[in-house]
Amino acid sequence: MAVAAEVLEAPGMPSSRAARVRRFIVRNPTLVAGLACLMLLAASAIGAPLLTARDPQQMRPMARLSPPSADQPFGADHFGRDVFARTLYGGRISLRVGITVALISLLIGAAIGLTSGFYRALDTVVMRVVDGLMAIPSVLLALALMALVKASVETVIAALVVPEVPRVIRVVRASVLSLREHTMVEGARAIGAGTPRILIRYILPALVAPLIVQGTHVCASAILVESYLSFLGAGTPPHIPSWGNVMAEGRAYVQIGVWILLFPGLFLMLTVLSINLLGDGLRDRLKV
Amino acid sequence: MARISRRAFLIGAATVSGAVAVAPSARAQKRGGAIRIVPIADLKVLDPIWTTAYVTRDHAYLVYDTLFASDANLNVKPQMVDKWTTSKDHMKWSFTLRDGLKFHDGSPVTAEDCVVSLARWGKKDSLGKLMMAATGKLAATDKKTFVLELKEPFGAVLDALGKPSSNVPFIMPARLASTDANQQIKEVVGSGPYRFVKDEWQPGNQVVYTRFEGYVPRNENPSGAAGGKRANVDRVIARYIPDAATASAALEAGEIDWWDNPPADFATRLEKNPNITVFVKNPGGIQGWVRPNHLFPPFNNKKARQALLHMVDQEMYLQTVIGNPKYYRTCPTYYMCGTPYETAAGAPRKPDLERARQLMKESGYDGKPIVLLDPADNPSLHGSSLVTRELLGKIGVNVDLQASDWASVIARRSKKDPPSAGGWNLMMATWISPDVMTPAVNTGLSGACDKAWFGWYCSEQMEKLRHDWIRATDQGKRKQIAEQVQTLAYDEVPYVPWGQWTQPTAYRKNVKGVLTFPASLYWNVSVEG
Amino acid sequence: MLPLLVRRLLATIPVMGVVALAVFGLLRLAPGDPASVIAGDYASPDDVVRIRSSLGLDQPLPKQLAIWFGNLLRGDLGTSIFSGLPVTTLIKQRVEPTVALATLTMLIAVTVAVPLGVLAAWKQGSWIDRSVMVFAVSGFSMPVFWLGFLLVWVFAVQLGWLPVQGYSPIAKGFWPFLRQLILPAMTLGFVYVALITRMTRASMLTVLREDYIRTAYAKGLPPAGVLMRHALKNASLPVVTIIGVGVALMVGGVVVTESVFALPGIGRLTVDAILRRDYPVIQAVILIVSGVYVLINLVIDLLYVVLDPRIRY
Repeated sequence: MAVAAEVLEAPGMPSSRAARVRRFIVRNPTLVAGLACLMLLAASAIGAPLLTARDPQQMRPMARLSPPSADQPFGADHFGRDVFARTLYGGRISLRVGITVALISLLIGAAIGLTSGFYRALDTVVMRVVDGLMAIPSVLLALALMALVKASVETVIAALVVPEVPRVIRVVRASVLSLREHTMVEGARAIGAGTPRILIRYILPALVAPLIVQGTHVCASAILVESYLSFLGAGTPPHIPSWGNVMAEGRAYVQIGVWILLFPGLFLMLTVLSINLLGDGLRDRLKV
Repeated sequence: MARISRRAFLIGAATVSGAVAVAPSARAQKRGGAIRIVPIADLKVLDPIWTTAYVTRDHAYLVYDTLFASDANLNVKPQMVDKWTTSKDHMKWSFTLRDGLKFHDGSPVTAEDCVVSLARWGKKDSLGKLMMAATGKLAATDKKTFVLELKEPFGAVLDALGKPSSNVPFIMPARLASTDANQQIKEVVGSGPYRFVKDEWQPGNQVVYTRFEGYVPRNENPSGAAGGKRANVDRVIARYIPDAATASAALEAGEIDWWDNPPADFATRLEKNPNITVFVKNPGGIQGWVRPNHLFPPFNNKKARQALLHMVDQEMYLQTVIGNPKYYRTCPTYYMCGTPYETAAGAPRKPDLERARQLMKESGYDGKPIVLLDPADNPSLHGSSLVTRELLGKIGVNVDLQASDWASVIARRSKKDPPSAGGWNLMMATWISPDVMTPAVNTGLSGACDKAWFGWYCSEQMEKLRHDWIRATDQGKRKQIAEQVQTLAYDEVPYVPWGQWTQPTAYRKNVKGVLTFPASLYWNVSVEG
Repeated sequence: MLPLLVRRLLATIPVMGVVALAVFGLLRLAPGDPASVIAGDYASPDDVVRIRSSLGLDQPLPKQLAIWFGNLLRGDLGTSIFSGLPVTTLIKQRVEPTVALATLTMLIAVTVAVPLGVLAAWKQGSWIDRSVMVFAVSGFSMPVFWLGFLLVWVFAVQLGWLPVQGYSPIAKGFWPFLRQLILPAMTLGFVYVALITRMTRASMLTVLREDYIRTAYAKGLPPAGVLMRHALKNASLPVVTIIGVGVALMVGGVVVTESVFALPGIGRLTVDAILRRDYPVIQAVILIVSGVYVLINLVIDLLYVVLDPRIRY
């Protein structure tokens, strides 16, 4: 999303540490809010065993579809499993999927984008494939990929990486093409630096900021698309709760037990929202 | 109460009103209008001989007619047949069709059509294959009469011709029925009370039927698939809605008239709605199976299968999967409770995890994870898979739960490879009562090794007993053999039944005349007011 | 103009070639077996084998590929393995709901989002701006189906204002048609309101800093007039782009929305086909959807050239 940076940074004199922190918060409200919220959600996922004593898999036939109560704040699903526990543990899977997909897509995308940006012959081929893959809507591509393989967290990650990589390649390649003509790179070439050295020493550092911002987008979209895959019956396997498949199993019970759908959805939305805010904040801060 | 009146308004606005009400028929039911039904599944295939899918069977019941038919109590009654005779030794049969039978293309139904249709069905259906193997001659003698001459005794001729569930011997015109049994028929032409409207068929969305004016119903009162099939509504519209929550809301809002198979949890909720009737139209119900693969360890060993038998706690399965005790019961018989051959012979008294763990150990189980197929998009099979996994854990078995969609599971279940190479160890299945109620039709009891149902149970002794049952014509003898079959089954454990339940159906109060039957029959219904 | 058009059209051929190859390759490696699905839950193993060979699924892959490509070139998209109907018929049946949903969604999104974006840009930095932006970000942070079910729950189940599901063709009357589509379009529209709001705000901000806007203000023109006549007109070009980007994004949303509201559109056709491995349908639909996407982006590129004389290719 090419939204122009509007928060202008004026270097002021740091008076004290507290004042500096305060100024940072005031100047980067979206970044701080996003980061804080995300850390809270991540903590609830990592600390799940401390927050609930229940096993997210434990079936309790007597408690089927029972509404939220003091004992089970988010109620129970149609197998009597505790929705609070499933939501917290589900966060682990969803966050893991989001972060891993972002990291892998960035790595692969950057590697391919860098090389193809520098080798013209390769570039034509790569870009045709990229164009082709990008023409297939990502949800359909991921869905078709999931139909290929045994459902597991790893295969979902792989299926989500495939449609994201071409997008990263595009971003990286565009930057490389403009940087290649940069005086800094021309200077390096003049003093005899080889292509790999130029790539690693001069171009890669300049790509870090746009890649981080792109990473937040990939991460947010991966968490969302995982939930779509689960909803359509092709996401993470149902015995491993992710927000997506907890909701997918609960969607049939919207009238009888809206809580099965409501709470994981809220958590998912807050997470994606804070990642997006973080991304926006970073973009403004890093002036990408 | 503004909410209710508003909803009432919507119902009025959404109901499709057809012709102006005509004079009440003999049954005092309204004629005309349309009924909007959510069927049990999407109609994917139109040929009821080519596929065993239940939704295709229900479609075919509306379009095609049958020679005999089962009534509400599953007694076989004549339907297209007017008179029939049989020799004393039941080796020679003769059937005469009733007058006025016509196909939707206008041509009369002939005995030749019936013979060709039966021959095609006999190549696909399990009971049909058995009957054809015993048949010496099946031929038309004139326009309306055909004869069946057996070369060896076969006690289930009428049971086969009046078979209530897949594959049902539906009668098609000879020109279509002569299609290879492994090719789909190209055209839908039946002689049933409704005709299929090809132009309005939208696979994945809707199927439309209109009344066949040329249909002449029998004079008897309708009962199950037997008796007079009266086409009251002009149009039957089957709308496929995949999501239970959506279907439920649509029924409550009056956007549809009849939801064929609401899950038990929804039935419990819909019962409270004064505008909706919840009704069990197949009191015989459904049986759940845990089916082991007999080809590979550990379940190639009888002891390991017996461990499964002692492990399965029906109450726990049913409570988790079905939930509402009104709709389920535990049942010790392979043939299902409430059927003629119900018996407790050989059944273990109660679940015993300790015994199961002991048996598993004795089977030489080496702790290798066993592959359990979990079709996550099928609610009852998914639920029972999860319970099985939990119970297996308790008897010390490591489980590799492999979740996927139903399409992948039924592709995978046919693989005879070792579980580590794409095969499997355990899977779940569900069957309706007419498909398990005798040693002959219960496919899971077939011990025909390679030719047996997925899991490939192999037992010479079982095959001999089933063959004896089929040849037996005396009811007392049959009961006795059925008991022997079950005793053997509880020893060799071809599969473990995990319970019995009924599937309620839900329709709006203004829908009248829904028939009791294991399949869904859409004739005889009317939409009043 | 014409050489440009020809050049761009030629460039789409390799793209579509990659799509076609990718789709064919992916599906044939899939473990699911349409023959078993067709045979039904209760079929015998022998039947499955016979059905598989009758469908030609036991043929070697290169041969299947050659047959498929040959048919494609003759304009034959194939026949559904299940229903036996030509894929073109299936797609024709399903086009209307999807096009209607997409159009209405875009309409709602543009009418809501453009004023919001203008407002946010005008009041930049204020609490209005901040809340509009947070609202916009939440819009694409929500799973579409989650929002859909909550809207159904409130507007259809609790309040009974709108139908829960289904579709009514426009030929059967405009009002019933619209009633059926309001909830789905609102559900799907949320994402686009979010996207277009952000896009409008961003490009408005850029334009507002331009000299001619300052001049207009200096001349004493009323602020509303400046915003509408000068700024929005120039800011609208990037907004058009988002429609192109949006098409790819929308497909995912359409698939999910059609499932929630039981709309008989292309999206549900695709998902059903994928889940039951109806190869000819999946191949054809993905090919067509990708083609539409490529085409729309081509049109937008060309529009750019027409609308903005500064751009040359």
